[in-house]
Amino acid sequence: MYSDKVMDHFKNPRNVGEIENPDGVGEVGNPVCGDIMKIFITVKDNIITDAKFKTFGCGAAIASSSMATELVKGKTLEEAWEVSNKAVAEALEGLPPIKMHCSVLAEEGIHKAINDYRKKQGLPEWEEKNPHSHDHGEEPVCEH
Amino acid sequence: MEKKHTIYLDHAATTPVKPAVMDVMRPYFTEHFGNPSSIYGIARESKKAIEATRAQVAKVLGAAPDEIYFTSGGSESDNWAIKGVAFANRKKGNHIITSAIEHHAVLHTCQYLEKEGFTVTYLPVDPSGLVDPQELEKAVTDKTILISIMYANNEIGTIEPIAELGAIARKHKIYFHTDAVQAIGNVPIDVKSQNIDLLSLSAHKFYGPKGCGALYIRKGVKIDNLIHGGGQENRRRAGTENIAGITGLGTAIELATADIKGHNVRIAALRDRLLKGILETIPYARLNGHPLKRLPGNLNVSFEFIEGESMLLWLDDEGICGSTGSACTSGSLEPSHVMLAIGLPPEVAHGSLRLTLGDANTEQDVDRVLDVLPKVVAKLREMSPLYHKTGKEGGCNV
Repeated sequence: MYSDKVMDHFKNPRNVGEIENPDGVGEVGNPVCGDIMKIFITVKDNIITDAKFKTFGCGAAIASSSMATELVKGKTLEEAWEVSNKAVAEALEGLPPIKMHCSVLAEEGIHKAINDYRKKQGLPEWEEKNPHSHDHGEEPVCEH
Repeated sequence: MEKKHTIYLDHAATTPVKPAVMDVMRPYFTEHFGNPSSIYGIARESKKAIEATRAQVAKVLGAAPDEIYFTSGGSESDNWAIKGVAFANRKKGNHIITSAIEHHAVLHTCQYLEKEGFTVTYLPVDPSGLVDPQELEKAVTDKTILISIMYANNEIGTIEPIAELGAIARKHKIYFHTDAVQAIGNVPIDVKSQNIDLLSLSAHKFYGPKGCGALYIRKGVKIDNLIHGGGQENRRRAGTENIAGITGLGTAIELATADIKGHNVRIAALRDRLLKGILETIPYARLNGHPLKRLPGNLNVSFEFIEGESMLLWLDDEGICGSTGSACTSGSLEPSHVMLAIGLPPEVAHGSLRLTLGDANTEQDVDRVLDVLPKVVAKLREMSPLYHKTGKEGGCNV
């Protein structure tokens, strides 16, 4: 069901853990839907020098977190913002259709962490180009 | 890469065909291939084999041979029982009662009937998964034509008070169907004393072949056909008989029910060893389903802060086959309806693991799982944002 790349990132996830005193944190997802991602970033001179994650979720959610943190490390904030869920899924050599929402979560997690950093810096938050429907209201919608 | 010894702990999903069953089936693919409806000698052999199996199944259930009808499996039997009784008794009423934790073969059939003008009551269950007979009695109306309650649940293993529920149905002159797909071989069944009018079973759940099941229909039950065509199965179920499957079912059910008590003692001892080990070594774990009224091989445990599919992937990596009520392995993203019906918060439902033991499992298998599972759970909790090592704050205390 999963590609070798997904299995590799699931079994040997890169960047697991928390960053102490992170410059930005983004938490997305919902336990009702079975996945929560928390992304931590360190920013130096507008570049993401470190990224870590903690994830509650399925194999695809863990692999997507691992890949997304890999993809944004070393990138400027502008470049990192452009890392799309498709890019995450492609880097994982594809995700089953039902699991694409995991890559969406990863993209959202990165965006949230970046905006958290910008907020702390007193900068205006960037707007989501394609707001996804991962609802955080009282009745979460788990479909994507 | 080193190939790890497979430990199969998903017997509620399916079981391997026993060699003795395979031996009985084999000739019916080749030399005894005759169509039972034909007149010549080899066809008569097929016919005889089918009738012998009918008697075997009837004996196990305490039924008469002409009350047993062979089908393609549990789903067909459930569909036939429910749609067949509903449509044949429409003039009498349009109300059906079932439970919230039925298999989808029952639930989705009932939902289909709702679109056809029937009304369905889905009885809730208590936190251990039991249907309350009093709730059933309260749900009965003068329009109720069918009550369908599973014998034992496939996910949490809870065994329902079938005789008691059947007695209520009988008292109100309502047909009573039970999906006994998980129960065969694990509980003694007697359709007469348990007031059962219709009963579904499936061969591949008790070491028989896939694609073959049966429906018991008590003599006198008014039921429409589901599969129309030829006159097989006493004109009630069309289609050339799956002779190999049917003979396999017969041998399998005979073997599975030869020593139900002994089987229970042996399998439950392994299961309890596994459960004890899990609860002793892994914090924030809880047993789902009834502690005592449950199938001997069924273990269903929820581990907080982690998700079931990632657990299964790691177990698979160690050669251990299990299943989960988490959404991520099914098509939807909602956790299992059974887990929600027993009142588990969704996040805990996502962390459920079902291990179902069978005849070939050993203490070594159990000990291997007890060696692997705590590490898997710890590894996943380590990366879970819900888990805090200090404990309490993230706990759901269920």
